[in-house]
Amino acid sequence: MPVFKIVHAAFIAPGIKRFVIEAPRIAKKQKPGQFVILRLYEQGERIPLTIERSDPSQGTISMVVQSAGKTTHFLNCLETGDHILDVVGPLGKPSETAKFGTVVVMGGGVGTAMAYPTAAALKSAGNRVISIVGARNKDLVILEREVGEVSDELLITTDDGSYAEKGFVTDKLRQLIASGERIDLVLAVGPIPMMKAVADVTREHGIRTIVSLNPIMIDGTGMCGGCRVLVDSKSEFACVDGPQFDAHRVNFEVLIQRNAMYREAERRSMDGFRQLGAVKLKALRQELEHACTLNGGRR
Amino acid sequence: MTPPVKTPSLNPLSLKERMKVPRQHMPEQDAHWRATNFTEVNLGYSVELARQEAARCLECAKPACTDKCPVGVKVREFVQLIVAGHFMAAAAKIREDNVLPAITGRVCPQEDHCEGGCLMGKKVQSLGIGYLERFVADYEQQHLDFSQIRKVASTGKRVAIVGSGPSGLTAAGDLVQKGHQVRVFEALHEIGGVLVYGIPEFRLPKKIIREQVDYMRAMGVEFETDVVVGRTVTIDELMNEEGYDAVFIGTGAGLPQFMGIPGEHLNGVYAANEFLTRINLMHAYEFPHYDEPVVDLIGKNVAVIGGGNTALDAIRSALRLGARKAYVLYRRSESEMPARAEEVKHAMQEGIDFQVLTAPVEFLSDGKGWLKSARCVRMELGEPDSSGRRRPVPLPGSEFEIPLSVAVMAIGTSANPIVQSTTPGLATNKRGYIQADESTQRTSRVGVFAGGDIVTGSATVILAMGAGRRAAKSIHEYLTTGVW
Repeated sequence: MPVFKIVHAAFIAPGIKRFVIEAPRIAKKQKPGQFVILRLYEQGERIPLTIERSDPSQGTISMVVQSAGKTTHFLNCLETGDHILDVVGPLGKPSETAKFGTVVVMGGGVGTAMAYPTAAALKSAGNRVISIVGARNKDLVILEREVGEVSDELLITTDDGSYAEKGFVTDKLRQLIASGERIDLVLAVGPIPMMKAVADVTREHGIRTIVSLNPIMIDGTGMCGGCRVLVDSKSEFACVDGPQFDAHRVNFEVLIQRNAMYREAERRSMDGFRQLGAVKLKALRQELEHACTLNGGRR
Repeated sequence: MTPPVKTPSLNPLSLKERMKVPRQHMPEQDAHWRATNFTEVNLGYSVELARQEAARCLECAKPACTDKCPVGVKVREFVQLIVAGHFMAAAAKIREDNVLPAITGRVCPQEDHCEGGCLMGKKVQSLGIGYLERFVADYEQQHLDFSQIRKVASTGKRVAIVGSGPSGLTAAGDLVQKGHQVRVFEALHEIGGVLVYGIPEFRLPKKIIREQVDYMRAMGVEFETDVVVGRTVTIDELMNEEGYDAVFIGTGAGLPQFMGIPGEHLNGVYAANEFLTRINLMHAYEFPHYDEPVVDLIGKNVAVIGGGNTALDAIRSALRLGARKAYVLYRRSESEMPARAEEVKHAMQEGIDFQVLTAPVEFLSDGKGWLKSARCVRMELGEPDSSGRRRPVPLPGSEFEIPLSVAVMAIGTSANPIVQSTTPGLATNKRGYIQADESTQRTSRVGVFAGGDIVTGSATVILAMGAGRRAAKSIHEYLTTGVW
């Protein structure tokens, strides 16, 4: 029976933690762009997380998690040696990683960790890879070395100018285009407003642009239809048709609107979590540990 | 153990007397009270009620009830055992043909199968076969000793079952009883497929499913959750690398369908599968104790679009979550409604407003991205369509608006592509469903069988079980003869 052990967990930036998890079946099959759905404990919700990379020989996958709601906050309280109740994947269609020519890979915030595996695959496929990484401030610039290693050129921006160049990733993209750089493909992963802004820039120039979407998702197999996104006025399912879509065909307004559907409930869950305190949290972790050990025999 | 069944049986009543006994009423929660909770509606027969009902059976020489049962439960024989008071023997008799009696006793559309064939139904009211099956199954559960379940000597053959819904569980149960080593792979974190994510607690408690699954574990069936076959592991890998001799695909209903009308993307418009998955699998009705929410329905107007069991499950759940008005919008008339008769009756008792011959044509926004109302049109029935049912035709000038906060689309599903697209050589039909022989459930791939909704499109629990049963039979043949 699957028991998903955290073999390594460490913060790589404030509120951003990398997890290496034992999941041999997933590690063997994972391709760049795919994701897992995990559920931490019996009463937990199911959340999708992009796989950063996998090591089939060790049977592990890694994920980079930013604390946002209750589940991600809880997850980021887990440490090396803890267990996760359910991890299922790899889900979604892998990224297209053919040879396109020059590809601009853009990562916004924690999206950088999601863009990274595809950037590496695009580089291996023989593309010239220009990476643009953006973050709110210096502390939140992640995977700089890793992304640098798979890029022919790495450009960094911070919103507040505390590191590298002050500005947004789209400013850099505009500069690249203005400089006469021939761009065959843009891949953008990050917050929805960032991906929308990138799409607006490239649309004018007719540059093919792929974005990786993060709608609310439950089962991840195409059964429930919760993750539907409006693409060319047609409903598509991010879990089976995506998560990557042609940015110029995606209706971002609907995505933003649908992602806000449970804002009130999410706030309530988060408030409840904040009130837990360290002692209760430790008890919960122990309970989870117990459930996961039981899991081995029970399910 | 099983006492010999004598014909004529131990029933002291003459046939004439049996006809005079009325069908025993199923005790149920009061309609007003139950509309506020998720506990089971039907409370089940007592021993006395069960024996009185069983005594009504005419013990036909050629029982149409068994002929009309997709898994061929020997109704006459198990009912006779109830009359005689041998309830455990009755359970064993059902189990010869049906490994999920507590489930079918609750969710089968008996009127289309056993009870539809019952001779009594032609004169008075048909025998309450579903109620009796449920009674026997529940009795068995209360008096069961798992250590008494015998495991069959192993044949050394291994079968992988893809999906733990009704067809997969049935195939697994039948195959393990033939001595094959069976492992069931489930994509979700709970075993049961649609029984768990689709059918609400008030109709089929999760506890019942867990008990039936535990019984299968005791028989030797292995389960592995969190495996999406096609993604986590492929059919070819199961057969070539993990050493399975045969595979049964029972992946069930696929992608939810939408009507393609304006406004379906608004917040508050759900696919029935999502709405029900949140409530059933993820326990949204216990939010915030459970993390997954569903939109707050208290005091809201809610409608479901569709007339099947899924539609009724969704709208009755909405009512229990506090909806002020709960509508069923169905485009044909009540007699075409595919839902189980008892569910329609229960829903009406609970105060669900059935707007038949009605369909939405547009969902309107409140200007902030949320559903505000549905513009609907009334229909009339025209000529029969390909399904043999009269086609609904919109009545000109009949448009009207219903204020709605939530609309749930329960108009069917299309084929889920994951297994088909990752299994080379697996033939599908033009709608994307897996092609399988109707009697053997064999697919175009040697050693691979399929059944249930992934072959037929949306159907019922019992039809999927029938397919699982046929598949188990032909898998057993294939494994013992080696002939494809």
